[in-house]
Amino acid sequence: MNPNKVQDPLKQQVRKKTLISFGAFFLLMGLAYWSWLRLYHSATTSDDPAIHAPLRKVLDLNGQLFQGSFSEQKLAKTFPVRDAVKQVRVNGNLGLGGTFDTSTWKLHLVRAPGDTLLIGMDEIRRLPKTEIVFDFKCIEGWDQVTYWAGVKMMDFLKAYHLDSLTAHKYIGLATPDNGYYVGIDMPSAIHPQTLLCYEMNGRPLPMNQGAPLRLIIPVKYGIKHLKRIGSFYFSDTPPRDYWAEQGYDYYSGH
Amino acid sequence: MIYWANDVYRLGWGNTTLLRFFPDSFYKALHVPQRLAEGMAFHFMFMWLFFLNGLVYLLYTIFSGDWRDLLPNRHSWKEAWLVVLHDLHIRKTAPVQTSKYNAAQRIAYSAIIIMGIGSIITGLAIYKPVQFSWLLWICGGYSFARIIHFVLTLGYVLFFVIHIVQVALAGWNNFRAMVAGFDLEKLEPVVIPEPMPVPEEPEVSEENQPHESE
Repeated sequence: MNPNKVQDPLKQQVRKKTLISFGAFFLLMGLAYWSWLRLYHSATTSDDPAIHAPLRKVLDLNGQLFQGSFSEQKLAKTFPVRDAVKQVRVNGNLGLGGTFDTSTWKLHLVRAPGDTLLIGMDEIRRLPKTEIVFDFKCIEGWDQVTYWAGVKMMDFLKAYHLDSLTAHKYIGLATPDNGYYVGIDMPSAIHPQTLLCYEMNGRPLPMNQGAPLRLIIPVKYGIKHLKRIGSFYFSDTPPRDYWAEQGYDYYSGH
Repeated sequence: MIYWANDVYRLGWGNTTLLRFFPDSFYKALHVPQRLAEGMAFHFMFMWLFFLNGLVYLLYTIFSGDWRDLLPNRHSWKEAWLVVLHDLHIRKTAPVQTSKYNAAQRIAYSAIIIMGIGSIITGLAIYKPVQFSWLLWICGGYSFARIIHFVLTLGYVLFFVIHIVQVALAGWNNFRAMVAGFDLEKLEPVVIPEPMPVPEEPEVSEENQPHESE
């Protein structure tokens, strides 16, 4: 008797199960690979060319999701002044080029289109001063405990009777040459630790740190801490944002 | 983590560096430079995939009762060491395996779950250090949370490599069992008096659960 001729029901069953399983296995692997290729080669949109559209969608959804848990009561951890570094890292000079005279500088505060307030540094210095020592975090991964002083955003807005403008969804900031610009959601902008900052380590801001006035916003990554503020405006749609245009998360908040 | 412009992963002190974990050639070979935004975008999409996959696996393991095969017991630590010695061909015999997974597997498969939970906690702590400051506190601060998060990721790479090598070494029958969800055992021939009965039960035991890709 030839054993190969015998149809062993057990062997048949094993064969069948194995075939089905491997079929499903390779199908799944194929599907996963196909999905990856589709994602990797997915299109960008014309108004957001630096990032695949599905990735942007997820970044924005993450932003919305975690914005929901944002509380202005929650403060970034602060440190004693002695913990602050003396050598503060300078990571970028976007928008700081060209000839620039701090003595003639004025903040262009756009209350509404065509209604711009010009505010000088002396006026800003007269407002109540707030100091903060916090862990400055860069989206690139490094962090540094640094010491800043300036006027709280909310104190500033109240002083100019602009509190009603906080009903807008965003603020937008740009350097005088418009070389660098950020958009910030209102809850983060009016967070009690957000400063219009003019001092670092107890001295006036150096030029490479954005003299005469920069933003310090501890609930955001460094990319939002715009140096050398030229214009300041309010908006209900997301203002242009330099690094978001380069494919980074728009929200970029903590 | 492996970010070309802020490479802090090195052995050394002060300005002296003995070894850079990720030299420039490593970054260049992987085409990493100038792609931080893209990398982060992928990270913040695939974190959901890994999280949901892990959650489903964990729930399945709990409710199916399979956790019994996966949790180490009090003998596992000693036995796992013997398994390692055996697999490295230092010791000739492996401890007798009484269940689906050996002691080393039990420890590895339980550890990977704990590592996953660790990645979620440290990840959230780094992601929202102000809103989840209590998580940051648990993780020992921003820098330390980042280190744990990265070391865990390196751990997954190590796990993956060992896993693949072990599957390759274990051979076809084992791989088939991983995919198909059942194992075949060679039974010793048994002398049974005539007449030879036809086996009712197939010699198939539902062993390994269906394994997903990898």
